[in-house]
Amino acid sequence: MPHPQSFTCSSPPVDQVGVIERAKRFQTRSVKTQSKMQGLRMILSMIDLTTLEGMDTPGKVKQLCFKAQHLHDSTAGLPTVAAICVYPNFVALAKRALGDSKIKVASVATAFPSGNTSLEIKLDDVRMAVDQGADEIDMVISRGKFHAGEFGYVYDEIAEVKNACGPSRLKVILETGELGTFDNVRKASDIAIAAGGDFIKTSTGKIKPAATMPVTLVMLEAIRDHYFKTGEMVGMKPAGGISNAKLALQYLIMVQETLGDSWLDNHWFRFGASSLANDVLMQIVKQNTGAYQSADYFSID
Amino acid sequence: MAKAKNNSALDSVQILKTYKMYIGGNFPRTESGRYYSPQVNGKSIANICRASPKDMRNAVVAARSAQPPWASRTAYNRSQILYRIAEMLQGRSEQFVAELQIQGLKTQDARIQVQATIDRMIYYSGWCDKFQQLFSSVNPVASSHFNFSVLEPTGVVVLLASQTSPLLGLANAIAPIIASGNTCVAIANEDQPLSAITFCEVLQTSDLPPGVVNVLTGKLDELMTHAAKHLDVNAIAADQIGTPNLEAVRADAAGNLKRIADLQIDWSDDNQAQNPYLIEKFCEVKTTWHPIEQISSSGSGY
Repeated sequence: MPHPQSFTCSSPPVDQVGVIERAKRFQTRSVKTQSKMQGLRMILSMIDLTTLEGMDTPGKVKQLCFKAQHLHDSTAGLPTVAAICVYPNFVALAKRALGDSKIKVASVATAFPSGNTSLEIKLDDVRMAVDQGADEIDMVISRGKFHAGEFGYVYDEIAEVKNACGPSRLKVILETGELGTFDNVRKASDIAIAAGGDFIKTSTGKIKPAATMPVTLVMLEAIRDHYFKTGEMVGMKPAGGISNAKLALQYLIMVQETLGDSWLDNHWFRFGASSLANDVLMQIVKQNTGAYQSADYFSID
Repeated sequence: MAKAKNNSALDSVQILKTYKMYIGGNFPRTESGRYYSPQVNGKSIANICRASPKDMRNAVVAARSAQPPWASRTAYNRSQILYRIAEMLQGRSEQFVAELQIQGLKTQDARIQVQATIDRMIYYSGWCDKFQQLFSSVNPVASSHFNFSVLEPTGVVVLLASQTSPLLGLANAIAPIIASGNTCVAIANEDQPLSAITFCEVLQTSDLPPGVVNVLTGKLDELMTHAAKHLDVNAIAADQIGTPNLEAVRADAAGNLKRIADLQIDWSDDNQAQNPYLIEKFCEVKTTWHPIEQISSSGSGY
């Protein structure tokens, strides 16, 4: 494995104005009728339905697992979501509740959301989730170490966690809202990819701003450059703040135009969201019936 | 040097004002980019946004999110805000008179209409904390229960505003709708929408929370279908939109059990336009059964 310093040094500078302008362009596209329906179904299949609250209960997690399998039964032919995202102590329960539905269980770990604890505890956290059957681990990077310039530490930590994941796929949360600049986001993306992250993810959802289009674009470009260099694909997961279908469609356009069709699959692209699913469902029913919908007729999320 | 004939640059250069719509406390243009120019005596008077179904949707979203907090304000506070609207109207009354004249009204009629609008806002301001006492009841029941009925706002109300009374008709219909805690999406008079939008400038500066009143301009027959079919709209107030239109709205609304109020009101008539039953029209009655125990052998349970 090459020394991490070489990656951080080779991160190209990000043209902030250019990125923001480019991200804006994706928001001017008009997606209608058939393409829209296809996009909406794709969004549903890419959602990591998430509950990460201190007040989560077994009942809440079971309800979420049921929703994941039965998004809106009165509309035929809907996909299920990609995964359920919960805290480690709910992994076993979610696994049981999802049964053989093929919906994955993702668990946050490594002292989510702050990541401020020792490496041993973080690794235990990861192993616990993996032992209980988590298919995917969402880790947070040590932002404090990153800002202190200890990029080697951040790199090593991700590599260790990846090791502890075993066969489970690793998503690396950069928490872009705490990184400050696009240059930092790019640097953190490069470190996470080099250290073996299967996915890079924008945010925990606990910090504002969470996922934005420009910041996601910076990360997508890091993935693209890595792909050009090595031929390896890395997944992307924007999380937090994507709550309506229109915005999610714009994200898909951005992914397609930055990375290409291969990434338009829930193996490589996810939305971390909770309220997005209902908005997409309302749009789908609107397309089917011609009438704008009310949240009163959809399950609570 | 030649003396300029007009004092104002705006008078000398004839550029029509472009009015925007009022959604969620902001003044956006229509997302569709479509405009129309209503005419008076064969002359265009302004550029007006022609709202699309998506604008309607956005307005309903704004109204829906504004509704619970608006309803949970105290009745007294809603009353204060309605009174404030009247005060702001008073301060800008000359502008409204001038604008009504642009829309074809005679000066005297315009003055009467503006004054009536101010009076009606004060009238409904007074009712905010009084209609509940009038329409609620404690009901006698044959069991040991305290049984009472109270009014609750119905939710989001779409107003298909008067096509004859551009300012008074709109404001006079909005006031009783919002008095009880409903929020409103109004579709303004198609041919005379100017004062509706200027009225929104009054609303915006009257402490009325964003989204409580939203005003769209455009073609009634295009927008009313989407309003009637919209599942998140709880009621429609139709102000003399004609029998065929009303039938169409009723048919479209049947699928979601929407409340339809057919307002047959002459807004210039105090006796018709000042009426607490207009508040009651946009409320639902909630009846609660509360068990009581017999605490006194002399009869009274509570």
